[in-house]
Amino acid sequence: MEREKVIEVKDLVKKFGSFVANDHLTFDVYKGEIFGFLGANGAGKTTAIRILCGLSRPTSGKVLVAGFDANHPEEIKKRIGYMSQRFSLYNDLTVKDNIELYGGIYGMTMKEIRPRTERLLAKLSFNQYGDTLIGSLPPGIKQKLAFAVAVFHDPEIVFLDEPTSGVDPITRRQFWEMIYETASRGITVFVTTHYMDEAEYCDRVTIMNEGMIVALDTPSALREKYNASSIEELFLKIARQKTETA
Amino acid sequence: MKKFMAFVKKEFQHIFRDYRTLIILFGLPAAQILIFGYAVRTDLTNAGIAVLDNAHDVVSAELITRINASEFFHIKYFLNTYDEIDPAFKKGKIKAVIIFPDDFAERLTREGNATVSIIADGSEGNNANLVTGYTTAILNDYSAGLTKQLTSAMPVIVPEVRMYFNPNLQSHFMFIPGIITLILILISALMTSVTIVREKEFGTMEVLLVSPLKPWQIILGKVAPYFFLSLVNVIVILLMAWFVFDLPVKGSISLLIAECMLYILLGLSIGILISASVEKIMNAIFISALGLMLPTLLLSGFIFPIENMPKIYDYVSLFLPPRWFVEIMRSIMIKGAGFMYVWKGTLILAAMTLFFMLLSARKFKVRLEEGGK
Repeated sequence: MEREKVIEVKDLVKKFGSFVANDHLTFDVYKGEIFGFLGANGAGKTTAIRILCGLSRPTSGKVLVAGFDANHPEEIKKRIGYMSQRFSLYNDLTVKDNIELYGGIYGMTMKEIRPRTERLLAKLSFNQYGDTLIGSLPPGIKQKLAFAVAVFHDPEIVFLDEPTSGVDPITRRQFWEMIYETASRGITVFVTTHYMDEAEYCDRVTIMNEGMIVALDTPSALREKYNASSIEELFLKIARQKTETA
Repeated sequence: MKKFMAFVKKEFQHIFRDYRTLIILFGLPAAQILIFGYAVRTDLTNAGIAVLDNAHDVVSAELITRINASEFFHIKYFLNTYDEIDPAFKKGKIKAVIIFPDDFAERLTREGNATVSIIADGSEGNNANLVTGYTTAILNDYSAGLTKQLTSAMPVIVPEVRMYFNPNLQSHFMFIPGIITLILILISALMTSVTIVREKEFGTMEVLLVSPLKPWQIILGKVAPYFFLSLVNVIVILLMAWFVFDLPVKGSISLLIAECMLYILLGLSIGILISASVEKIMNAIFISALGLMLPTLLLSGFIFPIENMPKIYDYVSLFLPPRWFVEIMRSIMIKGAGFMYVWKGTLILAAMTLFFMLLSARKFKVRLEEGGK
């Protein structure tokens, strides 16, 4: 069965001066899948995600996101959601103000925003927080809201850049439940993380090292191939191989 | 457009929810006007002086009464000998000593020419000028009256000091334009640089850049509310100047507002440039405060007249926007000058605005392409 590709990357190279941050990356992401991007800090994850989001242009190679070339970021930006590792809601605005703001800048009308806000808050059982300032909410709730806001306008793809860094285990679990629910609505989830256990939750995982993709498959296939009991062990094996060959 | 409006609305929400910002925005101008208007007076009232009257005649007595009766002076000591002058000054209670020579009235009527010596405390240069100026004015006034009485053209004391645009030497006439200059640069440059840098520091800028909003829309949306608030502030200051200090705008109000708009734009583009250059809110505040407020206070002619500065500062001030703006404001507000008289300054400010806008646009573009971090 031919699955619909929402991201196509072929031979993506990004250089900063003489430093090669992304070295000939090639991969496809399919509609509705949870695509994990793993790697140590400085492996080139953030550079790649910035190019996919239209924040930065590739030096060479072909990048198509939601059917549009990375050199036309305006079209891409309309069709994606984004949540950065840093908390991205406004602390001095209320929950509803924040939702209205992000709905508004993605071109939604107040008529669309209002009922959807009610439904969203009801679903998260956050009804009582509607008029609360974000700054006074506990971190776990903030994080979940930030994710809900990132997919509020029903993007085709949502990019999550280390969304769970600094979050307690229970919230992380609930967070992943939200990710699953989002993917089941047909929204593709592109997530970077450095928590190896989270990689197990992804449909497919890419492991990056020094700007290159060193492995890409489903978590179970990868474990089998490298004869590892977990992604963490696998990651360590790959890293060790690298240092030995180097 | 709708996206843009949603963003501008949020910016207003920020401002109105943060009462501290509001206090700075509206409390500061009001406080400054009152402080400068009432406390920091550079004109003179009730200055203590001493008189050494060697003449003891009708004319000297009449002059002493007039001087004492004026609101500017208040005679503290009557001295008897020259030796008392020095101690009187050292006690520090007096600004000047006025000395009448012994044959004062006689000389005046016979020779039509008499001298009154004024010794002023030069350690307060500004006051010394005022004291001598006022005293001379009182003497002139008296001799003018005398001349009329005698119906002979006998100028008794020659120097004529006349303040053309500010006859009463009221200092708030001069400082209101300065306050507007200071407040506008403060709000437009400082507030916008802080608000933009805050988005960077908190990480929300990244999310905005990923959104369909174009970078120029983000910047415009951030500065538009401050443009509006600055204008409201100008109007508040002008109304205060009018009702509290009786200083109406002599020239065209629309020209004045237009010049203010230009200056606000200039401030905003400097603010954007600052925000493109720093990462931390504190840095933005320091650069705006030290880099913009100090020159405005010291080198714009707002408090210290540029004519009295060493030439080098005069040249330096030519490159500072506040100098030109203070000049324009004074021309319009106090002299009632039209555009014909302020076009040069306007042109210079417009050129500076264009320069800063292009520079900040370039800087932002470079940053975005380098990875925006």
